[in-house]
Amino acid sequence: MNVKLEFTLNGKNVTVSTDPLRRLIDVLREDFGCTGVKEGCSEGECGACSILLNGKMVTSCLIPVGAADGQDIVTIEGLSETEKGKLIIQAFADGGAVQCGFCIPGMVVAAYSILCENPDPTEDEIRLGISGNICRCTGYDLIVDSIRLAAERGGSIWKK
Amino acid sequence: MATVNDISKSVRRVDAVSKCEGKAKYLPDIDFRDCLWARMIRSSVPRGKIIKVNLPDLPSGYCFVDYRDIPEGGHNYLHMIATDWKCFAEDEVRYVGETIGLLVGPDRTVLADLIDRVSVDYEEQIPAVTIDEGLACKGGAFVNGNNIHCHLKIETGENADEVFKRCAKIVEETVETGFQEHIYLETNGACCCPEGDGYVIYASAQCPFYIRKSIAPLLNISPEKITVRQTVTGGAFGGKEHFPDVLCGPLLVAAHKTGKCVKMVFDREEDIENSVKRHPSKVVFKTGLDKEGNILVMDSKVYYNVGGYLSSSFVVLQRGCFHVAGCYSFPSFRSEGFGVATNTFPSCAFRGFGAPQTLFAVETHMCHLAQMQGLDPLEFKSRYFIKQGDTTSTNGKVVEKVMIPQMLEQVLKASDYRRKVKEYKIGSGRGIGISFYNHGGAFTGNGEQSLIKAHCRLHKYPDGHVEILCGQTEMGQGFHTILPKIAAHVLEIPIEKVVFEDPDTSRVPDSGPTAASRSTMIVGDLVEKAAKLMKDRYSKESEFEIETEYEHPEGYPWNQDTFQGYAYLGYGWGVCAVEVEVDPCTAEVAVKGVWSSHDGGHPVDELIVHGQVNGGVLQGIGWASTEVMENTDGHFRQTSMSDYIVPTSMDCPRQGVDLVDNPYEWGPFGAKGLGELVFNGSGAAYIDALSRAIGKKINAIPVPTEKVMEYILHGKKLGEAD
Repeated sequence: MNVKLEFTLNGKNVTVSTDPLRRLIDVLREDFGCTGVKEGCSEGECGACSILLNGKMVTSCLIPVGAADGQDIVTIEGLSETEKGKLIIQAFADGGAVQCGFCIPGMVVAAYSILCENPDPTEDEIRLGISGNICRCTGYDLIVDSIRLAAERGGSIWKK
Repeated sequence: MATVNDISKSVRRVDAVSKCEGKAKYLPDIDFRDCLWARMIRSSVPRGKIIKVNLPDLPSGYCFVDYRDIPEGGHNYLHMIATDWKCFAEDEVRYVGETIGLLVGPDRTVLADLIDRVSVDYEEQIPAVTIDEGLACKGGAFVNGNNIHCHLKIETGENADEVFKRCAKIVEETVETGFQEHIYLETNGACCCPEGDGYVIYASAQCPFYIRKSIAPLLNISPEKITVRQTVTGGAFGGKEHFPDVLCGPLLVAAHKTGKCVKMVFDREEDIENSVKRHPSKVVFKTGLDKEGNILVMDSKVYYNVGGYLSSSFVVLQRGCFHVAGCYSFPSFRSEGFGVATNTFPSCAFRGFGAPQTLFAVETHMCHLAQMQGLDPLEFKSRYFIKQGDTTSTNGKVVEKVMIPQMLEQVLKASDYRRKVKEYKIGSGRGIGISFYNHGGAFTGNGEQSLIKAHCRLHKYPDGHVEILCGQTEMGQGFHTILPKIAAHVLEIPIEKVVFEDPDTSRVPDSGPTAASRSTMIVGDLVEKAAKLMKDRYSKESEFEIETEYEHPEGYPWNQDTFQGYAYLGYGWGVCAVEVEVDPCTAEVAVKGVWSSHDGGHPVDELIVHGQVNGGVLQGIGWASTEVMENTDGHFRQTSMSDYIVPTSMDCPRQGVDLVDNPYEWGPFGAKGLGELVFNGSGAAYIDALSRAIGKKINAIPVPTEKVMEYILHGKKLGEAD
């Protein structure tokens, strides 16, 4: 049974009439064209579908869209338009963080989450922060370096 | 290492930002308007006769596609080197997951419901699942009367049987490795669209030209009638080398039947359960020593679990046997390889293509030969390091300078190996191990010259842009950046002026597969040569093309019938040390350090190479430790990312990475193969470290925590004979 849902998506108010039990990832990809949200495992293990729900990182494959009603959602499409998002992306590109790229939108969301909570993370804190995001290509070291680079380049903007 | 004008100096990857922003379109992200969707109906039994496929009533617009939809004159097989793997099962099935048919229709939700209501009646037969069951012809042989799909034998030096007669001691030992699942982050997917008098395939794939060659016989059309366009590919590691044919073949038949675009994307569980894996292996060594304990002869029997169909496995087995001598030269060497038919999903390419299994085996065997004599493995292995000019396992010579001694020094220093070896007593819970490995770059023997005959074109446009036209694919390894960088560097133009798109087989020449660590080494060289030919004319002529073709250097013969000669012109070389600490209560293993040194010739981009090293080394540790993929009664037991465990960011500390500069004569700017090499040795180093830490002999991987506990409680002591 369809229900009318309203939420904020990447800063805009949106409405959708749909089955509230559909997975949030499907609604974001199919109804709103947010194909930067990747489906890697369908069970919350790999982190490729990570998004921000009220500023907190969640895996959108585990959330029924009904739970998004009235909430604030930011996907990679929105994050990459922000100053902080751009900063992370530039650091990822310069630091060699990207290989096949399928995990990377989720990794950028994870990096954002880490840096918003902790503007000056240690290597161990970064590793813990991305431990829910699986990357099969890079062995993680250059992703860790790139997040450090984003912390250094951003400096005080992470404290805002 | 890099100087300002050195090609090694890193540039930003051209695909990085679009991937970060989520703008790169992978196959599932592309909206093929009004396409139909397909779901696969597969065998649920490992071996049997199909009695009947029971379908529910199909709503209007939905159809079932199987072998009977192959038009007259078409052939029901997929051409994947061999042609034994059927596109659709007809009356028999040889493994769980074998394609029986497709259900096709417009709505995925309806399809999901329909597929649950399909059933197949079988007359089940007893399956052979393991190598031993295959060899024993359990349930009756189903291939060649003996279940041996393929076989080869190679030897060097004095006849092994003669040498064994005068050995003071003969040591026999078996080393085994398991299945490994690729876990490319993007699962398999493809779409086939009728267009004009042909078809266009969109696929997440490594080898677009392989696909059209493989599936064209289904409709008895020429491969040129099928255009393959690679979509941005989210990892592959060999798992999208031949396997996309298994999706694209049925999709082609479905598009032929319906006259519409048909798309199929596997979900993760479906992908893990029903895709190719790394070959499980069993290597049985028989090594003869003199009375001082020196190796006089090493003989091995190499068994690979090929699964139900041969497809590409003979080539995998050959590479396995060619690498079973590792980085060593023995006075007498012999190896015999057997590709064993079993009722498991056919095994196929996975980074290393047969070399990792035998390299793991020989490294482990060498450690045990040393420890049996109370010697340090490093000291023992060092006696046999192969050098430039030495005879290879196929009676060729090592052409290049082998820099293992220099690489070893680097790794010893970085890891503080010598101090740790003394300090960490055997069985103390801490251990450090070391391994040596290589990887023959590009296709074996004269494959590049006689099978592939790679072509590559450069097109200069009036506005100064240069386009690279070849079939090489970006799957994460950096090739979209590497090739333009080579061209830009030669032409002395900014890399932004070089265009290199995902290949479309209708407009690029066939430069061979993106596999076998050949892309930089072989196709990169063709680009370098073309760019050199273009350079003088670049500013004088408005628009023109240069085409180059692979030429094999003279004087390095290979006989593919006898497997004699120069199997590889250039090897990548590696040394890796791993340190571990084992929790005495829980048997959990913590990796405390990883240090490697690699020779991939002169690196074309240091950061890209660094990323390859990090990823390959960690994937190798995963293979040896947590990546358990069991198969019982023909069914894979691990079917999700919660139970098939690949390494996370917490499982390994920052790696120490060293690259030696050893320019390769025939590679672009001195580069040679590297992408597979970096996988080939970390597993052996990890197991060496772990076995020292727990003081137990380990002969099989993977070794997850529960196995570590078993070894601690019941394992044989290091140094004990079998």
